Amino acid sequence: MDPLMLSSIIALGFLGLVFGSGLAFAAKKFAVVIDPKVEQIIGALSGANCGACGQPGCAAYAEAVATGQAPPNKCTPGGKDTVDKIAVIMGLSGVASEEPRLAVVHCQGGRQEAKERFQYQGVMDCRAALLVSNGSKACRYGCLGYGSCALACPFDAITMNDNGLPVIDEEKCTGCNVCVVTCPRSILSLIPRSQKVYLACRSLDRAKAVKEICSVGCWACKICVSPKVSPSGAIIMEGNLPEIKDVYAMELYNAVDKCPAKCYVIRGERPVLEAAVDENAAVAQNQ
Amino acid sequence: MDLFKSGIFHGGVHPAGNKRWTEQKPVETLPVPSQVIIPVQQHIGAPSKPLVEKGAVVRIGDPISEAGGFVSVPAHASISGTVSAVEERPHPLGLPILSVVIDGDGQETWNPEIGFQADYLSLDRAEMLKRIQDAGLAGMGGATFPTHVKLSPPAGKKIDAVILNGAECEPYLTADHRLMLEKPEEILLGLQVMVKILGAERAAIGIERNKPDAIKRLKKVVAEMNLPFQVIALHVKYPQGAEKQLIRAMTGRAVPTGGLPMDVGCVVQNVGTAAAVYDAVAFRRPVIDRVVTVTGKGIKEPKNVLARIGTPYAFVIEQCGGLAEAAGKLIMGGPMMGLAQSSLDIPVIKGTSGILVLDARESRKHEEQVCISCAHCVDACPMGLMPKMIAAFIKKGRMADAQAYHALDCIECGSCAYVCPAHINLVHWIRYGKSELIRARKKAS
Repeated sequence: MDPLMLSSIIALGFLGLVFGSGLAFAAKKFAVVIDPKVEQIIGALSGANCGACGQPGCAAYAEAVATGQAPPNKCTPGGKDTVDKIAVIMGLSGVASEEPRLAVVHCQGGRQEAKERFQYQGVMDCRAALLVSNGSKACRYGCLGYGSCALACPFDAITMNDNGLPVIDEEKCTGCNVCVVTCPRSILSLIPRSQKVYLACRSLDRAKAVKEICSVGCWACKICVSPKVSPSGAIIMEGNLPEIKDVYAMELYNAVDKCPAKCYVIRGERPVLEAAVDENAAVAQNQ
Repeated sequence: MDLFKSGIFHGGVHPAGNKRWTEQKPVETLPVPSQVIIPVQQHIGAPSKPLVEKGAVVRIGDPISEAGGFVSVPAHASISGTVSAVEERPHPLGLPILSVVIDGDGQETWNPEIGFQADYLSLDRAEMLKRIQDAGLAGMGGATFPTHVKLSPPAGKKIDAVILNGAECEPYLTADHRLMLEKPEEILLGLQVMVKILGAERAAIGIERNKPDAIKRLKKVVAEMNLPFQVIALHVKYPQGAEKQLIRAMTGRAVPTGGLPMDVGCVVQNVGTAAAVYDAVAFRRPVIDRVVTVTGKGIKEPKNVLARIGTPYAFVIEQCGGLAEAAGKLIMGGPMMGLAQSSLDIPVIKGTSGILVLDARESRKHEEQVCISCAHCVDACPMGLMPKMIAAFIKKGRMADAQAYHALDCIECGSCAYVCPAHINLVHWIRYGKSELIRARKKAS
């Protein structure tokens, strides 16, 4: 064998031995003890680092759960699956997962419906736009439409439509709350997924002012809180804006029909009322 | 050895002056408008509290609101007549603000307390400061910081130099220039009062070299009146008139980060403020009017006008021939630091140094492109900051990093955005970041 090759093999082999034993020694000596639960919990979490749980990220939350500093049901993006997995890891039972929630947009005044006071030329960020004469929209409560929420959403669930309003993809939305805290005008909020009707206006202005600047703004006519529309008081007036108290009440559909400004929005399909079903059935039977 | 010199500060830009349209035009006194709108907040600090109600009869110079604290000044009636409303009205700073609307009676009745007092220099310091606050004085250069606050440094801060700011580095504006040519005596007497209040040893007036007639005139008047003030000709560079840059250039002193001019023994006041200080102390005359430069390609007859506080922009512009067809953008102040406006109903306030109307071509929007890291903004920043880094941090929401790069030291002069070849709205991003940082600081304290 070529002596050069031989010496190379010996030298490199020796070096390998030295470094290898060094690493082996370091691995034992400086080993960081990690609670295996933390790693398991990280595996169970969604990994979005969205901050919905109140912790800076998934790893921090996993550690907090493992040490008992945080409840195991705070990961909204993960939903029920994650809660169940964490419960198994932590050996807990009877952990109720919170009802999944969803972000909705409380403004329908896009470029076509709501007036603008001026042409905005600054940076495309709602919070920065607010510094320029308090935003270009004539309504001081309305959506500015520069898409800070869409940019902030960690799940790509928000897109801006041509009308300058955010549209939420209900499939993708996990209810993580990031858009809610990003919006400087509090246009977005989280509602339970089972709530089908919500009020899409935030304006506290008086009727005349609202009518002048927006065709879909609530002008506080109070029809929706009248006993005819809402006999059980599911909707009440809070200042100049109605507030939904009972989010599951069927009366909300009355409000949808009666609201002259069309401020109430139904998510998805409108359920067929039971009475109507019965009537249909009766008609079908008669035939 | 003389303290003052014509030094230089780091950075800065050389925008086109565009002063030729109005610099040779004497100040024209506008006719008295039939209605004025006087906001209770025309200054930085606490808003003043209205003293009058609907239906009250007021004379020129009557206070219509009282100061809402130490850092606050009152507002005064600028025409005589009847108060027709006290309500929220559009304001140049953006949000609607409580304003006193006065319908004029055409009588021009003055408050009889206003009049010359020959021995005004023998008044004591506290009385002088009181008169200045009562006159509603707030920095007439445009920043509108209450003047009496600047003239009351806390005990232990020794002021040895008063600098009068006649740089007027903003393009287009010529209001201070005309004032220096037409009322040099008032300016110097006002400076004399301020020097007396502060007990300062030295005072100087700094004027950019693009106003040779003003420099000559002030030098002559200083000699005639035998006053111990220096007139310094400064380099023509934007932002020469910014407080910290002016101190740096004229005295070589650097205001520490987060500090104020008083930390280096200086007080800077605008020449317009000096003239108003004289009026306030010697005559008890409040700020009821100011010189406004009405200019730009969007104005038919650009000129300098003396307008009553509260005069609606529409009236001022009408008196200057009206808007040209090409009018595109209305700005209160100059093109570099002025605020774009969306309505002609807003009134002239104490800080309205100019009404600038750009044409459609000048006001077109530039699309923001990506940063090419050319560092033009770094070279241009007069505060020695790295605007591109700060803006990039803020864009990504990394506010702590932006603060570490001294975002809060930004004076928002606009030099960085002016030179940026990618048209990045650097100042807007930094302003947003600053507002978030200040909010976070307030929350923490």
